[in-house]
Amino acid sequence: MTHTPKSSPPPPGTALPVLPAVPAQAAPPARPSEKPLAPPAPSTGPRRTAFAEGLDQLRSAATTEPGRLRIIGALLALLVIAFGAVTAWQMTDRAAAADDVLTRSQPLSSDAADIYRSLADANTAASSGFLAGGQESAATRDRYERDIRTAAEKLVNAAANADPDSPSTATIAELNRLLPQYKGLVERARTYNRQGFPVGGAYLRYANEKMQEQMLPAAEDLYKKENQRLRADYAAATPYPWAAIALGVAALAALAWAQHRNYRRTNRVLNHGLVAATATATVVLLWLVVGHTLARAGLDDSFDHGVRSLNVLHDARIASLKARGNENLTLVARGAETKKVGERTYDAYDYDFGTDIKDLAGYLAAAEKLADDDSGERPVTAAMGNMREWKKRHAAAREQDENGNYQQALDRVIGTKDPTGECFDSVDENLRTALAHEETEFKRAAGDGRDALTGMPAGVAVLAVLGAAGAVVGIGRRLSEYR
Amino acid sequence: MRDTLRGWGGVTAMAVVCALVALVALCLPLTTTTKTAQNTTATTRTAETKAEGDCEAPEKQTLSPSSADGDTIRKIKDREGGKRKLIVGVDQNSYRWGYRNPNSGKTAELEGFDIDLVHRIAEDILGDPDAVQFKAIPTNQRIPAIQDGSVDMVVRTMTINCDRIADVAFSAPYFKTGQQVLAPKSSRVKGYDGTLAGRKVCTAAGSTAYSKLEADQKAGELPADTDISITVPNQLDCLVRLQLGEVDAVVTDGALAASQAAQDPTVELKGDAFTAEYYGVAMKKDADDLVRRVNQILVDYRKDTANGWQASYDRWLSATLGKDAKKSEPPAPQYLRTS
Repeated sequence: MTHTPKSSPPPPGTALPVLPAVPAQAAPPARPSEKPLAPPAPSTGPRRTAFAEGLDQLRSAATTEPGRLRIIGALLALLVIAFGAVTAWQMTDRAAAADDVLTRSQPLSSDAADIYRSLADANTAASSGFLAGGQESAATRDRYERDIRTAAEKLVNAAANADPDSPSTATIAELNRLLPQYKGLVERARTYNRQGFPVGGAYLRYANEKMQEQMLPAAEDLYKKENQRLRADYAAATPYPWAAIALGVAALAALAWAQHRNYRRTNRVLNHGLVAATATATVVLLWLVVGHTLARAGLDDSFDHGVRSLNVLHDARIASLKARGNENLTLVARGAETKKVGERTYDAYDYDFGTDIKDLAGYLAAAEKLADDDSGERPVTAAMGNMREWKKRHAAAREQDENGNYQQALDRVIGTKDPTGECFDSVDENLRTALAHEETEFKRAAGDGRDALTGMPAGVAVLAVLGAAGAVVGIGRRLSEYR
Repeated sequence: MRDTLRGWGGVTAMAVVCALVALVALCLPLTTTTKTAQNTTATTRTAETKAEGDCEAPEKQTLSPSSADGDTIRKIKDREGGKRKLIVGVDQNSYRWGYRNPNSGKTAELEGFDIDLVHRIAEDILGDPDAVQFKAIPTNQRIPAIQDGSVDMVVRTMTINCDRIADVAFSAPYFKTGQQVLAPKSSRVKGYDGTLAGRKVCTAAGSTAYSKLEADQKAGELPADTDISITVPNQLDCLVRLQLGEVDAVVTDGALAASQAAQDPTVELKGDAFTAEYYGVAMKKDADDLVRRVNQILVDYRKDTANGWQASYDRWLSATLGKDAKKSEPPAPQYLRTS
């Protein structure tokens, strides 16, 4: 850093390369002391480099007080400008990252979770429709259509926000390719169902296979990638700007030393220029530290109480969807698939239902612990109640099915009187409320964090220029006494 | 000097001996395993030839009919309360054989030719035609489901063949069919012949169709470049693949192929049946009393003109297989199995 002034003195004769604020009046007094010293430089031979000559001049300048003052002034101005520049640069990065957290990566991560949810929900709705037979209800059909629409819209949004050539773009393209295929299979299944042909069920199984084996893994992958991006943005917004802080402390120390030196030489306490420079540097440093601490606090808060809750709630919603899907498939498959765990053989889908419900319970417990206020906790507690009722009704439905009463089992799952579907809908609705609440919390905290950085880069740059000017003027004042 | 040399000599000799022992120890298990492997292949080969030798007419390898209750039937009858039901593995995807009509109204009951027979068996054993718990099982799970006892019997368009009678016991045949090729009407495939060259053919995993294709391709009777690698859990899934253009033809039992053609007017059966097969009710290997009982039920079922075999055929299959049931009727049963 310090070699810049040394190398910059241009042609011989001018020893004031970096002091534009103190031009004419400072130069003349320096000349007499330089004149006698200047000749030896060219006499050493024309081969010497400009750098070496400049170094010589600097060395000779340092032997006189005005020369030293010039160097000190140049260094002070440079330190203050560097402090301002590094602060502005580092804070621009952090402000941009904080803005990305709020307006880009978090919404995209939520969108990705929504894509997954919509797809899984559409698949569940389609299988419910199949279970209900030709009498697919308007509610089920609407739900399916809405889910497909949501997924398509969010995919467009995700595509618009993803960088070309990024892995997310490839995943989004894959999902965009699969979605119409899936929809086509489901439509065929519906048509055949209406005609009373079992090949409709075969189409639905094929659609389900496509969803489970290709689309949902891709959607999960997208969700993970968007979450990584969110984490990366947090990581870019929160670290302390150590370089700026260190430079600020150095600039302040240099200013203090310059004033102390001034006081020792002249016995004068205050030099207006230097005091002004010190004041602006102090303001910049305080603004930097306080502003960033506030922003950090806001962002950390938004992560702890927003993002973490949101993630757990999204996971819970997905687990409840998987559970519902498996509950339906238990009846669709009718014992076609079994799974051996240890000595016992279970129905594969019912076994997965058990795992999903266990996951759901875990996520709900975690969400309850993370909820930091009443309005966040209430829907989660309600969802836990719904889940317990769901488990109870599910057990009753399974008992019917295991006794061979398929119709009764079906009625308890998708029927009209106290079916398990009601519990699933309540869980989903409560989780939706909880998600909306946490989303608001997140936006508030992250918004506070981002706003703490508003105007900092520009303000800091202006102040730094003012501070540098103050330092130069202050030193110029001392120099003028040598006239 | 010589002493030290002699000492080293002893050490070297011991090392050589050790190495030899190790070598022998390593090689011994190798040779023995290859020997046993050869032995086992030899025994399986003899077993196969034996099975094939014994297996002239697998559909005749069943026990004579009897209405007496044995251990298996007693266990079914002893089931309590809501569980006093006959557990039967069926198909829910075979149009007019065992399927759920999506438009059958509020009920989700399965219906079809196989299902009628199941109700008849339940009525005879438990006195209630509806005392049945249906389990839908994929084609390749039929034998495992019987063996591990998760179903009492399988009534699911199951062909009686030599491989299977080694694992499960069959009733007398209740239907006659044969493998047939199904392809789009516009297709150049003309039947089970050279026109299948370079085509993709779909079969159900674990089906007789797949075994036949595999064997014929090895024997050179089916073109070598016919792709038979696409298998699906259920024959109906083949129709899906055919409609989506993922395969060029389907091979399955003529009875099921006709059901597929009935669901899509743009496909048809190509050529004649190239095998003769019989469907039977499959049960556990040692459930002798149940096998005899089912055979008795079948005798009565075929005699019953009002509500028996013919009535069920007319109701479900005459539309797809023709009014005349002659070519689907199984031959008069023979009961050659004695133990």
